[in-house]
Amino acid sequence: MAAIPVLPKLVGERVKRREDPRLIQGRGTYVDDIKIAGMQHLAFKRSDVAHGRIRAIDTRAAEAMEGVEAVFTGAQIAEMLAPMPIGTPFPSPPHRAVATDMVRYAGEPVAVVVASNRYTARDAADAIVVDIDPLPAVVDPELAMTGKPTVIHPDFPNNLAVALVPSGTGVSADGKVDDSAIEKAFAAAEVVVSQRMINQRLIPNAMEPRGVVAHFEPGKGSMTIWSSTQNPHILRTMIAAMIGLGQDQIRAIAPEVGGGFGAKINIYAEEYVAAAVSKRLGVAVKWIEDRSEAFVATTHGRDVIGYVELAARRDGKVLGLKLRLIADIGAYNMLLTAAIPTLTMMMANATYDIPAIRTTLTEVFTNKTPTDAYRGAGRPEASYFVERAMDMLARELGLDPAEVRRRNFIAPDKFPYATQMGAVYDSGDYGKALDLALKASNWNALVAQRDAARKEGRLVGLGLAMYVEVCGSGPSSSMSTGGWEHSQVTVERDGRISATTGASPHGQGNETTFAQMLADQFSVPIEHITIHHGDTAIVKQGIGTFGSRSQAVGGTALHLAGGKVKTKMTKFAAALLEAHVEDIVFENGRIGVKGSPASAKSFADVAGYAYVPVPLPEGLEPGLSEEAFFEPANFTYPFGCHISMLEIDRDTGEPKLLKLVAVDDAGNLINPLIVEGQIHGGLAQGIGQAMVEEAVYSDTGQLLTGSFMDYALPRATDFPRFELHSSVTPTPVNPLGAKGVGEAGTLGSTPCIVNAAVDALAQFGVTHMDLMLRPEKLWRIIHGGHA
Amino acid sequence: MAHVSITVNGKVRKADVEPRLLLVHFLREHLLLTGVHVGCDTSQCGACTVLVDGRSAKACTIFAVQADGSEVTTIEGLAKDGQLHPLQEGFWEEHGLQCGFCTPGMIMSAVNLLNDTPKPTEQQIREGISGNFCRCTGYQHIVNAIQHAAGKG
Repeated sequence: MAAIPVLPKLVGERVKRREDPRLIQGRGTYVDDIKIAGMQHLAFKRSDVAHGRIRAIDTRAAEAMEGVEAVFTGAQIAEMLAPMPIGTPFPSPPHRAVATDMVRYAGEPVAVVVASNRYTARDAADAIVVDIDPLPAVVDPELAMTGKPTVIHPDFPNNLAVALVPSGTGVSADGKVDDSAIEKAFAAAEVVVSQRMINQRLIPNAMEPRGVVAHFEPGKGSMTIWSSTQNPHILRTMIAAMIGLGQDQIRAIAPEVGGGFGAKINIYAEEYVAAAVSKRLGVAVKWIEDRSEAFVATTHGRDVIGYVELAARRDGKVLGLKLRLIADIGAYNMLLTAAIPTLTMMMANATYDIPAIRTTLTEVFTNKTPTDAYRGAGRPEASYFVERAMDMLARELGLDPAEVRRRNFIAPDKFPYATQMGAVYDSGDYGKALDLALKASNWNALVAQRDAARKEGRLVGLGLAMYVEVCGSGPSSSMSTGGWEHSQVTVERDGRISATTGASPHGQGNETTFAQMLADQFSVPIEHITIHHGDTAIVKQGIGTFGSRSQAVGGTALHLAGGKVKTKMTKFAAALLEAHVEDIVFENGRIGVKGSPASAKSFADVAGYAYVPVPLPEGLEPGLSEEAFFEPANFTYPFGCHISMLEIDRDTGEPKLLKLVAVDDAGNLINPLIVEGQIHGGLAQGIGQAMVEEAVYSDTGQLLTGSFMDYALPRATDFPRFELHSSVTPTPVNPLGAKGVGEAGTLGSTPCIVNAAVDALAQFGVTHMDLMLRPEKLWRIIHGGHA
Repeated sequence: MAHVSITVNGKVRKADVEPRLLLVHFLREHLLLTGVHVGCDTSQCGACTVLVDGRSAKACTIFAVQADGSEVTTIEGLAKDGQLHPLQEGFWEEHGLQCGFCTPGMIMSAVNLLNDTPKPTEQQIREGISGNFCRCTGYQHIVNAIQHAAGKG
């Protein structure tokens, strides 16, 4: 007999992605690539004023155009769609998919056209005449909190979406507040650093704009809806509720999804409208977002002001932290909007053992595009505020920034660690990550380089930041959707394996990592495995991919489902081989009895027997298909340390990132190649926030950075080669020990770069500068102006 | 309507089109070459990059009528006889893509880069693809992918 090829272990290896062959040949199917016979195209007419009352909409010219099937105003859409639901327990004003009487941000839909092709649809939308009585707009959240110059929603005085929520030390679950501990900490302080910090508004800008195809089939009474979404099962749930169908009557498909970054979690007006219009007209409809629309119609991220106060002793020991947050959430609450800043509160403890913390959160409506999740979603804000403050403390005390942090770390023997903010950190070793980062970056040599450069008159700075984030979302108690994930694993009759996952990827490579896991679990070639996702007709249940959860939660569900199938297959093999189940081994595509390899059957033979079980072993049903829901008992808490070196051009103020070293600890890694890619992408977005990206509004509520001409998306020339290192501290929360890595890169990079910039310009007396590092701002500091 | 005759991936394609029809929509809607993507409307992102007469061009910036008589190569025309182009191999080997949406345009820009500069430095690569946005990768693995392909050339 020929030797059986030995199958390599794949978990932990840099396996090339199985998604790529179709994508590198242009054969992926994104939403805009879908065509259905008779399909009509939608175009939205949007408000070009930020706040106003709709006086009249004249659709006659649009309706008269050849190829126009229908035009619906907000009032007509309101007959088909109730106000849009949100996914958080906070009070929320009514939000119509298409505005009926008031518009509250520039870009809000006011009418929708249905036409035979997209050019005609756009022409018709342009032909709609909307008469809006403008009202004063407000774009500054701290002004909006005064109720001046306008109140955007009548039931929310002073534009307060969330008036004030306290959290932290002395705040009980029922909201009772005891200030004694936090006041004592500040009374005992030898030094207090205070700073108002802006974490600016960002625009997610997945390269594929959003899109939807809704296809209601009147005879069947059911709908298929394709959408560029991170969570097709949530889409199904929401669409069903909104258009009056059962969840069994809707098939939601996320085909190839060209990036999400949190902005494709929300279920949007355009998705509801497409579904409702398709149902009303009985035809398929498609809507594809233009980039110019995406800038105003897809949710934005961040936009939080933090008032940070850090109380400490002169030896650097932090005694207390106060963090007052004001979140500018834009004009409406979207699916998760109100919850995102609560994650900033949750992570205010950062990597430190801080005896007393008080955070408060106020959320404010303004006449801007609504915010929601954007990569990191609340946690980068926390790490930014705390890591900037720690740096300010080090500078105030004349201490080494690494040393100040080290003196405050939560000790590695304290895990699981209950924070002041109600989180329970699963595992961690922050000193290890810091040490590795200092060593890998050759910190002392960098200090010497910096100092030598300064002697030449160059403005060079070094920055360091720690982070811990909350991932693997999460227990169902924390998520209105449920926090589990689902998988079904099937060993087919021919011995190949089909598996489903509710973690619907959009670039994360789950088809590869999940196949690696099953290949090892069953000892079969990875080529024999297919991972299905993104289709509610195939994937029975699911939540989706966000919050760095797909591996930690979705991967675990797959692992558990695979384990169930393997247990059953072991029983069939034992019957076939007349052996005890405990002696059955899966090895190199064969299943045999321990110690007698010659007797082994091929994997396919055992699979075939399970489907034609003659005789049927006692106590077994035929077939090899099992499913699992995994409900995590806790979140996971990845952590790390990022270090950067920055030079600022004295003449132009332009900052240049010279070096970025990242140490990330995401627990056990399934595919280090894919993990690196995730970290690179996160770093790019974190560096983008620090250095080039900012959504800017005029006082009248016009988005001034409304295209790629004006909003700087980082280009390849903006980055040095990133240097990555990892430590591995597995989580006990799931059997894989994997924590999640999708957002990590955004957490340390932003503060470490601003810390470097302050270091570079400290000689000009600057102790803080707000995001982002606009050259003009830096030039003014250098040349005697102000930040 | 205007008549155009454009050689796309080696085949002559004739059609009557609206004069305002963009080349990218001609490719996507008329020829169903959906590997050509539309990522913006201001010619910044490069997702629609194709080769027109051998030079990279953003197909959203050209009317189909302007491409009349030209030879156009899209991502679908890059692999030959079932063999991936070295750049396609490079992107696969080096994990040069995540969501894949920018990838066709990125690869076509890189084809142009390597035609002009077969052995580019890292800085030349970064400049060569600076007309193409990628939001997923931070570009590092894309740089590696192009270096991989250049090493083979």
